Amino acid sequence: MWDSVGDFLAMGGHAPYVWGSFGMVAAVLLVEWLLVRSRRRRVQIVLQRQSRRSTANGSEGE
Amino acid sequence: MTARSIPWLKFTAPPNFYVLAERLTPWLWGVAALFLVAGLYVGFFVAPPDYQQGNSYRIMFIHVPAAWMGMFLYLLMALYGAIFLIWRIKMADVMARAIAPTGALMTFLSLWTGALWGAPTWGTYWVWDARLTSTLILLFLFLGYIALHAASDDREKGGRAASLLAIIGAVNVPIIYFSVEWWYNLHQGVSVMRADGPSMAPSMLAALLLMTVAFWVYSAAIVLRRAQSETLSREARKEWAQQAACGRLTRDTRERAVAQAQQENAVSESGGQA
Repeated sequence: MWDSVGDFLAMGGHAPYVWGSFGMVAAVLLVEWLLVRSRRRRVQIVLQRQSRRSTANGSEGE
Repeated sequence: MTARSIPWLKFTAPPNFYVLAERLTPWLWGVAALFLVAGLYVGFFVAPPDYQQGNSYRIMFIHVPAAWMGMFLYLLMALYGAIFLIWRIKMADVMARAIAPTGALMTFLSLWTGALWGAPTWGTYWVWDARLTSTLILLFLFLGYIALHAASDDREKGGRAASLLAIIGAVNVPIIYFSVEWWYNLHQGVSVMRADGPSMAPSMLAALLLMTVAFWVYSAAIVLRRAQSETLSREARKEWAQQAACGRLTRDTRERAVAQAQQENAVSESGGQA
């Protein structure tokens, strides 16, 4: 269907629209994924620290 | 309404939800990636150019899934909001809150890709027609939910107000869906869910459906991950959450935490008289 890589990238003259759309979707999903992952790690680190503290204190929780 | 009478209710206990999500998400990432690759391949290398629109129509492969996901996620968020309001199940609030950002992003993407598709097709990025306007309102509803939930210092109160907004706003979703039939629109009509079958080439439909599955499964995975973080931070003081964060949650701790959560629910259901 495509004669060359350049032909593919040109999208029949609709390159800005097609790649502007797919590029934005890729960027948004990637940023969302990175944000969710970093929050997950942050929360895990906080809880791991709390866990260490409670074992160090030798307390049984409540 | 006990965990024994309805199996699904088992996952209203935070530790059970957390473990389920932990098991599901790796598979969901894998399935989403698989369908994404397949969808992009069929969409760019199998589906032929459109005889009228040329190649710009390929935007459909992301525009339509994003728009569907925006509407679907909104209804799901409103449903969880209703469950939270009626039965006071805290995990429902966690889920609704985890859905909102992804729903907002999907709706934004449907507007963005729609504008870029509209430019070469209609000669304009934006018109105030019924479908576009009601989709913009959907985006504001998602943002309103997020803002309202975050605005209150009392999470319970914020959650209730936001849930109410979500439920009232749900009326907008059928308006979006049927807008192309109810009003004169620049936006094209229904082309997939038609009584006489979809009005497009099979390879185009295949790419659209593959991408739809990819978006759907991606959304499920990202929402579960967000809900997991929210659950851990809400339960940060509890032993099970600390064990889970270290990746060594024992069955024993989990069962004790579930029993405790059920007891707390029983107390709150009886108005604190237990």
